[in-house]
Amino acid sequence: MSKSVKLAVAAAVGLAFVGQAMAKDLTVISFGGANKDAQTKAFYGPFKKASGINVVGGEYNGEMAKVKAMVDTKSVSWDVLEVESPELARGCDEGLFEKLDYTKIGNKADFVPGAAQQCGVGIFVWSTALAYNADKLKTAPTSWKDFWDVKKFPGKRGLRKGAKYTLEIALMADGVAPKDVYKVLATPAGVDRAFKKLDQLKPNIQWWEAGAQPPQYLASGDVVMSSAYNGRIATAQKDGKNLKVVWNGGMYDFDSWAIPKGSPNKDAAYKFIAFASKPENQKVYSQNIAYGPSNKLAVPMIDKKVMAELPTAPQNMKDAVKVDVNFWADYGESLEQRFNAWASK
Amino acid sequence: MMASSAPMPDHQLTTQDGVPLKTKLARAERMNKMKSLALVLPLALFLLLTFIVPIGSLLFRSVDNPEVVASLPHTIKAISSWDGKSLPPEPVYRAFAADLVKAHEDQTLGDLGKRLNMEVAGYRSLLGKTARALPFDPAPASYKDALVKLDERWGDPAYWQAIRRNSTNHTPFYLLAALDHRIDEVGEVAKATPDQAIYLDVFARTFWMSAIVTVICLLLAYPLAYLLANLPTRKSNLLMIMVLLPFWTSVLVRVAAWIVLLQSGGLINSALMALGITDHPLQLVFNRTGVYIAMVHILMPFMILPIYSVMKGISPTYLRAAVSLGSHPFGAFWKVYFPQTVAGVGAGGLLVFILSIGYYITPALLGSPNDQMVSYFVAFYTNTTINWGMATALGGLLLAATLVLYMVYSWLVGASRLRLG
Repeated sequence: MSKSVKLAVAAAVGLAFVGQAMAKDLTVISFGGANKDAQTKAFYGPFKKASGINVVGGEYNGEMAKVKAMVDTKSVSWDVLEVESPELARGCDEGLFEKLDYTKIGNKADFVPGAAQQCGVGIFVWSTALAYNADKLKTAPTSWKDFWDVKKFPGKRGLRKGAKYTLEIALMADGVAPKDVYKVLATPAGVDRAFKKLDQLKPNIQWWEAGAQPPQYLASGDVVMSSAYNGRIATAQKDGKNLKVVWNGGMYDFDSWAIPKGSPNKDAAYKFIAFASKPENQKVYSQNIAYGPSNKLAVPMIDKKVMAELPTAPQNMKDAVKVDVNFWADYGESLEQRFNAWASK
Repeated sequence: MMASSAPMPDHQLTTQDGVPLKTKLARAERMNKMKSLALVLPLALFLLLTFIVPIGSLLFRSVDNPEVVASLPHTIKAISSWDGKSLPPEPVYRAFAADLVKAHEDQTLGDLGKRLNMEVAGYRSLLGKTARALPFDPAPASYKDALVKLDERWGDPAYWQAIRRNSTNHTPFYLLAALDHRIDEVGEVAKATPDQAIYLDVFARTFWMSAIVTVICLLLAYPLAYLLANLPTRKSNLLMIMVLLPFWTSVLVRVAAWIVLLQSGGLINSALMALGITDHPLQLVFNRTGVYIAMVHILMPFMILPIYSVMKGISPTYLRAAVSLGSHPFGAFWKVYFPQTVAGVGAGGLLVFILSIGYYITPALLGSPNDQMVSYFVAFYTNTTINWGMATALGGLLLAATLVLYMVYSWLVGASRLRLG
């Protein structure tokens, strides 16, 4: 009897230890898909080897509602989170993320300008650009103007269902220079102009919502051209699909690491972010998915051929627009509402 | 209690211990009632805690307006004496500067900016910019001049009216916005501008699409239920399994299957083209048609089952009697059989309609932007913009509309005649 009690106690203690070990796992949440696969290769696996901390990778679709619910109820189970810039800025204002201590991460000056923010560190630079299926189109489109030309390029076009990126694209198609896009869009006349331009293309648009959809639509021939995240297109290219990217008029921005406020694993989270910001690890990441490194020191390590397909390559940056986070923080709500009203008519 | 002093009237019955029987009986009944109440209590508590309280507290968010009151207490006190027309007086500016410094320290600027940005686009960054420049050092003679110099928007009454409109803990803002209305600069209820108006259309569309789905379901389900109720047991059991099998499959799986079947290179289009019915693929998905097809398919069992259960209870002798008395078979069906199935039809119709107006995933995956129903926007505000006031306002209105419909229905048909099987 007493022996079995002892055994049970031992088992319980053992379980408790296992439980503790499980609790030490670091939960890293990303946007999933090809992006997560590259992160697993470049960051999660090597980090476990280097530090002994196991990384549990989760994914989400960028909904801040979950983060807010966790922070509000003080039951934060996500330790490190990949976020886009507008959410990072807003979440930082609203107290959803920890303010970062850069002494634990690395040298601020090593980062590409704009990557080191108060609440987040840039992971990589991505771009939303025009992509097309070279098997279906005989002549290659060269700009957003061609995207609107349904006579020369008959067929459906994919655009992201939302005002962000779509309005910028419409203005560029209407002849606004990439550098002036946000200046024009900040005026009521500019917004009208963008929607008027979208009216022209509306019957030919097939909307997408998840980043994985455009390469799928392009490959199946549902659309002939689409706005798409360049990394997803590069991954489809690796799978043997003849998809091409037009860099002219692309829009680039950072995805960043952030730590939700009240994370119980803050120390490990810092270690992970510092590890993922190291140039040698960023190099591995960029070789697995065509997103540009946020650490300047990683640039010379990357193969020239790979470099040419990154949004950060100088020739790709030339006619590109940096997504204006402050603009979208201010006008996002009213423009998204107007976009919804427009799209549902 | 014990009536010992006065002699007992003859007609009053008492128990052995002299207590009037009536009292004793009432006591026993009360005990029984308490016992049954005690038995129901856990369920009632459970419902209250997991259903009514959460829904109530969520609905409360649609009128809750704490941000401005909490972050700008002194400004609100000062602004109450302002007439709301020209620019507010100096004390308002001074109080505002002091409140903003405090809010910046407490990190409540984000919520405040988010709330005011809903009123006037651009307010968020204006607050951020102003808070970073504060406190003024040395304190200026006129805070008004200093703030207007910092950003000329502080010289525009619209920005101050936004604060004044939100100087109470409750606001009709979200509910009005969910009905395409707003409170304009002079404080009157006005229609939203046409390019921002969307929800009245969405509500109308939600009810219209649900009505269509209900009617199609009814037309298809009624004959099938009749067949099920009148076939020999073995055959009807087999048929029943075929009805129930998709009912037990995940909705998501069925929706994905419909995409595969209906897309332009899908099974149905290739079959139609191979048969020579069309020469180009029909657009069957990512539009209203696809949504209707999938919703009818998913909701069909909810129509079939109540009608079937009612039909099962109807004796075939009534119909035979009517025909033998000389009625035309169709007349007999319409006058004798159909009225007996109304309860099932009503229940099925109500069930399908109420389920359809809350549909989210099917239109989201199979429809275009102009096939989205109210739930889509509830999800949009909950997940994407975290505007829970707006989400609950839309959800609350949908709930209210459902309740009104149910009341109209029970007034027309009588809720006691509903039979869910």
